[in-house]
Amino acid sequence: MSEIEITKEFEDVDFPRLERSLRHPRTLISVVLSICTGIATVMACIPLFSVLFMLVFRGGKKLSLELFTELPPTAFEDGGGFGNAIAGTFVIVAIAAAIAIPVGVLTAIFLAEFSPTSKTASVARFCAKTLTGLPSILAGVFAFAAVVLVWGYSAPAGGVALSLLMLPTVVLTAEEAMRMVPTKMKEAAIGMGCTRTQVALKIVLPTALPGILTGVMLAVARAAGETAPLLFTALFSNYWIFEDGQSQVMEPTASLAVFIYNFSGSPFENQIEMAWAASLVLVMLVLAINIAGQVISSRTRTR
Amino acid sequence: MSMTNLSDVPSGETSISSPPSGFDIAVDRAFRGSTRFFAWITVALVFMIVYEVAGKAYPAIREHGLGFLTTKTWDLQSGEFGVLPEIWGTLYSSTLALMIGGFFGISIAIFLTQDFLPGKIEWAFKNIVELLAAIPSVVYGLWGIFVVIPMLRPTAGWLHENLGWVPFFGTSLSGPGMLPAALVLAIMVLPTVTAISRDSLSNVPNKLKEAAYGLGATRWEAIFGVIVPTAAKGIFGALVLGFGRALGETMALAMLVGNSNQMSISLFSPGNTLAALLANHFPEAGKKEEPVLMYAALVLLGITLLVNIGGAFILQQTSRRSAGVAT
Repeated sequence: MSEIEITKEFEDVDFPRLERSLRHPRTLISVVLSICTGIATVMACIPLFSVLFMLVFRGGKKLSLELFTELPPTAFEDGGGFGNAIAGTFVIVAIAAAIAIPVGVLTAIFLAEFSPTSKTASVARFCAKTLTGLPSILAGVFAFAAVVLVWGYSAPAGGVALSLLMLPTVVLTAEEAMRMVPTKMKEAAIGMGCTRTQVALKIVLPTALPGILTGVMLAVARAAGETAPLLFTALFSNYWIFEDGQSQVMEPTASLAVFIYNFSGSPFENQIEMAWAASLVLVMLVLAINIAGQVISSRTRTR
Repeated sequence: MSMTNLSDVPSGETSISSPPSGFDIAVDRAFRGSTRFFAWITVALVFMIVYEVAGKAYPAIREHGLGFLTTKTWDLQSGEFGVLPEIWGTLYSSTLALMIGGFFGISIAIFLTQDFLPGKIEWAFKNIVELLAAIPSVVYGLWGIFVVIPMLRPTAGWLHENLGWVPFFGTSLSGPGMLPAALVLAIMVLPTVTAISRDSLSNVPNKLKEAAYGLGATRWEAIFGVIVPTAAKGIFGALVLGFGRALGETMALAMLVGNSNQMSISLFSPGNTLAALLANHFPEAGKKEEPVLMYAALVLLGITLLVNIGGAFILQQTSRRSAGVAT
């Protein structure tokens, strides 16, 4: 009934014009654009699945225990592995973490706790942000100039280069995490006669630890996948970093990323298969560290 | 009464609060000083990078001067060095990558912020795009060599044969080249562009959108007329930071761009970039080439610092301005 009444009352209103029919260009454009962005979004997911498919398909069939225990194959050799590259990656990333985490966390304590608004803090924050955009190869160039020219190609030289890339992530995420610590907790501690240092070390640091760990995990994951800074700092080696009880840390050191790069251009089928298998291992490693970081941060959110 | 109770409490053992001892205060001073010291280390690092690279490049700067930036030869025998093709390649590949990555990145950012999809699917897409950033660049390089180049070759060959008079298709794709490099680079830029534009798009107050709908705007009229202009600075900042990332990306380019010292506008011709030059020449550099490479590194450092600081500056300005809009 209402419909009839309305049409009588508003006879001069052009109701079809108020409808969103696809015959109107403006609604048509809207629908077409919606579909286009949808397609763009789906298309952007294709590379990821293609990469993962290739990794599983080409790297997966080569996967075996020998990969982790044997040395890289020479040109005409079959089999072999990249155990030394995995060990090297762990050593180099550990060195980088040992440099970047203390410096980064202490800087973050200064930025978040001691004088968040000082000139020093704003300059340091700006520098950390600038370092975020530092091309990874330039970290390598710096480590080459500062370390390699003095001590030669070595694992610590690679570590220094990677620490430079980890540092800004650690500083910025740790500062963010420490800022989330409720002021009440700090005030309670200060009220009990704690010094600022005790507040920072006994209240803020433990409370913010999950957030800091997430940042550290992200930084480590990124560092583990970096190739460019290692090309001419840690170089590469076909031998184990620890052999016969002797460490070769101050010698050129293998890493998974450089292994992939070196073997990707190889004309030998076996070496290319090796590069794919190493890529699979590297991606799994990086994803595992990333997921661990996500789990830590999501656990704290629910708490 | 409470006053008397407080004074009844014997000072010392039973109280859990006490003023800091002299030792505590000394530790406090020392620790605060040391954190300040570490903050300055972070600052000093930036200057040390510039100082070390510039210092090691100094002999080359003195020898080659600004001509280094405008000449094309790279000849170890005659000692002539120039990085013009590398500068061109760096800017060209990054611009191409930004055009592709920027288009997709902003489309995705709009698609994932304007309630097109139920929350769970939105979340899934967001994570997939973020995963793109987690894959190491050397793996993208390997993927580019064995997937992207073979995939592009037939299309590129057809374009060159039929549309060869267009400068972009002037040469044939023999293997590595500018287009595969730019495509892979676009994938690596995509997560940066998407994440930052998503943030600025979702920061647009809902009121503005609702007002546009209320006036009868279609979904896309609201997006183009109200939402994107409000978030424009943030999106621009995202593009600038994405460009900065593309400029410095090394491995994918070193593996895909062809490392050939030539300048061409053709999408299929091989080229070189500053970062790829460093990656390829540094491992075998002799004493003669080292300062020259340091000079090239300094050029790259200059370009990226400029772009990144510019991007950070734009983003800072938007956060200030959008803070005003939200209230």
